[in-house]
Amino acid sequence: MIVKLIDYLRDRLKTVIRVCYVVLALLVVYDVTFVDKHSAHLAIETLPGFWAVFGFIACVLIIILSKWYGHIKWFGSNFRIMSPEDFYDD
Amino acid sequence: MTEFIHPGFVLIIGALLLPFIMGPARKPFLMLVPILAFISVLNMQHGTYGVVNFMDWELTFGRVDALSQVFGYIMTLMCIIGSMYGLHVKDPKEHMAAWMYVGGSLGVIYCADYITLFIFWELMAFSSVFLVWFRKRKQSLPTGYRYLLVHTAGGLILLAGFVLRYKATGALDFNLLDVDHPTLYTYLIMVGFILNAAVPPFHAWLPDAYGEATVSGAVFMCAFTTKTAVYALARGLAGLDILIVLGVIMALYGVVYAVLENDSRRLLAYHIISQVGYMVAGVGIGTQMAINGACAHAFAHILYKGLLFMGCGSVLYMTGKSKFSELGGLYKKMPWAFVFTLIGGLSISAFPLFSGFVSKSMIVFAGAEQHLYWASFLLTLASAGTFLHTGLKVPYFIWFGKNNCSKETWEKAADPPWNMMVAMAVASFLCIFIGSYTPYLYKMLPYQNEAAEYALHVYSSYHVAESLQILLFTALGFFLLIKKLAPEPTISIDMDWFYRIGGRGFYWLARKPIQTFDTWFSEVYRNVGLRPLMTTSKFWSWFDWHGIDGFVDGIARLVRSTGTKLREVQNGKLQYNIYYATSILAVLIVAYVFG
Repeated sequence: MIVKLIDYLRDRLKTVIRVCYVVLALLVVYDVTFVDKHSAHLAIETLPGFWAVFGFIACVLIIILSKWYGHIKWFGSNFRIMSPEDFYDD
Repeated sequence: MTEFIHPGFVLIIGALLLPFIMGPARKPFLMLVPILAFISVLNMQHGTYGVVNFMDWELTFGRVDALSQVFGYIMTLMCIIGSMYGLHVKDPKEHMAAWMYVGGSLGVIYCADYITLFIFWELMAFSSVFLVWFRKRKQSLPTGYRYLLVHTAGGLILLAGFVLRYKATGALDFNLLDVDHPTLYTYLIMVGFILNAAVPPFHAWLPDAYGEATVSGAVFMCAFTTKTAVYALARGLAGLDILIVLGVIMALYGVVYAVLENDSRRLLAYHIISQVGYMVAGVGIGTQMAINGACAHAFAHILYKGLLFMGCGSVLYMTGKSKFSELGGLYKKMPWAFVFTLIGGLSISAFPLFSGFVSKSMIVFAGAEQHLYWASFLLTLASAGTFLHTGLKVPYFIWFGKNNCSKETWEKAADPPWNMMVAMAVASFLCIFIGSYTPYLYKMLPYQNEAAEYALHVYSSYHVAESLQILLFTALGFFLLIKKLAPEPTISIDMDWFYRIGGRGFYWLARKPIQTFDTWFSEVYRNVGLRPLMTTSKFWSWFDWHGIDGFVDGIARLVRSTGTKLREVQNGKLQYNIYYATSILAVLIVAYVFG
């Protein structure tokens, strides 16, 4: 049952993606028009679609900064945080 | 004593009886004991029980109040689910270790003095290490020893802390310390607690051990050690400002390492660090709202993290693999494991209607109430990372994505046995139930007024819109950058480097001077000591040859045979020795309380 549903959606991947974009757009429209922003703590939070932008930037920052941190060569040596799996083997 | 039966003792006695319950009675017994422990929690009335005078001290085993009850409730409940998940495990020793471990946690939760706390604190470490050792891989043994080493060190710091406090104040009671005027012992006790809460830089034991634990052992481990530490912090150090900073660092640190991680269970372990960061920050904020939030989040976390470890554990159990670079595309083979793991992922990511949504946000809200906007924003940032990894990366790279399975892995893959499925289904139900019906969790929280106040806010349109935007736009970022996230077969160097490689350096430093001294001493000895000795020895050799030989030979044989016997006891059986010692300790405690 689950497999059939997943396969059904995968066969129509383009449509699924389009629907997702529409959902994202509707969400921002909802945020701008209907949401009562009284309980926001800071003025910046009341900007239209603030949390959408925040979420996207947060995601991109986390991926790029973490991967940079993992791959950079430390102290000019070959030492990286992401090391081969046998790093600790004798 | 009738209204208070210690649930920890129920589990410890159950663990000691378990080897004698065999055959068809074993499985019902495995379910009965945790259920009895859960019932004993449900039947408790607030009050103080189990007070024992030991030498000059008053030990309290049973302090029942709202704070200990919410932790006692969820821990015994998780013990039922975990025992269900491990029902197929034949070796009784694994169940015994798990129950002893939960018993230790419950002992900490209900105790009211530092001596009792310390005994159970150590019981936790010394019983949970077996859940690593029982994996029985080559690396399980050293991993277990590292785990034990770190926890023993943490235990000693805690011991130093409360002994110093005893010297200074004469008090051993386990209550809120004077956090506005912290002294050396406050910080020592804090270090002891935060080491178990896996606060950087004392956190590397967690992914190290949890990634290596047995399939069902990891389900237990992910629930108890860190959350018991959160309880201890909430009880003893609520409002200590430095915990806010440490908590926020934790929340982000776990996210960064989760990006780099290739092993699914180690990724989940790094997200424990991240999630416990919220709780530690909540304890640091220390208002009633924040403590409520820390408790609620610990409650929700135990269930969804258990569920995630069960989901990834079932993949490991069926295929023998846990690395993303060796899995992928499994939705056709393990659809139910996928659905359950996804529910866990949505819960940890705080999707509306799932458990994390009603708990995590309470801490962020409490921070904003205290105008700690930097903390609230950084914690919200970390929650984007949580969804990115546990909600998206884990399900995507195991059940979809590029199929990296070998032919053998693919053939072995299937949904796990019924008991694992039931355990996951129960945990999934609870995750959704907590998120959808808030009174269930909120009625248990220590501060009811704050809980009622927050209940009005949690499903407000603003909060729902905020959360959905953050989560869905994180998902957009994930799919746009998915190429960057493709699994890499690496391990991430973390703080354990210092005692793995650094430890080797220390070893070398220690050995080098000792060796030099040894060589030098031998040299001196040969020149100064040897010649007279040779002369004397000639005489003794004559005497020996003619007089004592027969006698000495007899003794030598005796010594050698005793030595062999001793070696048998020690050789590779150290784990069992520790195990027996721990068991004896537990028996003594039980005997003492009921005697």
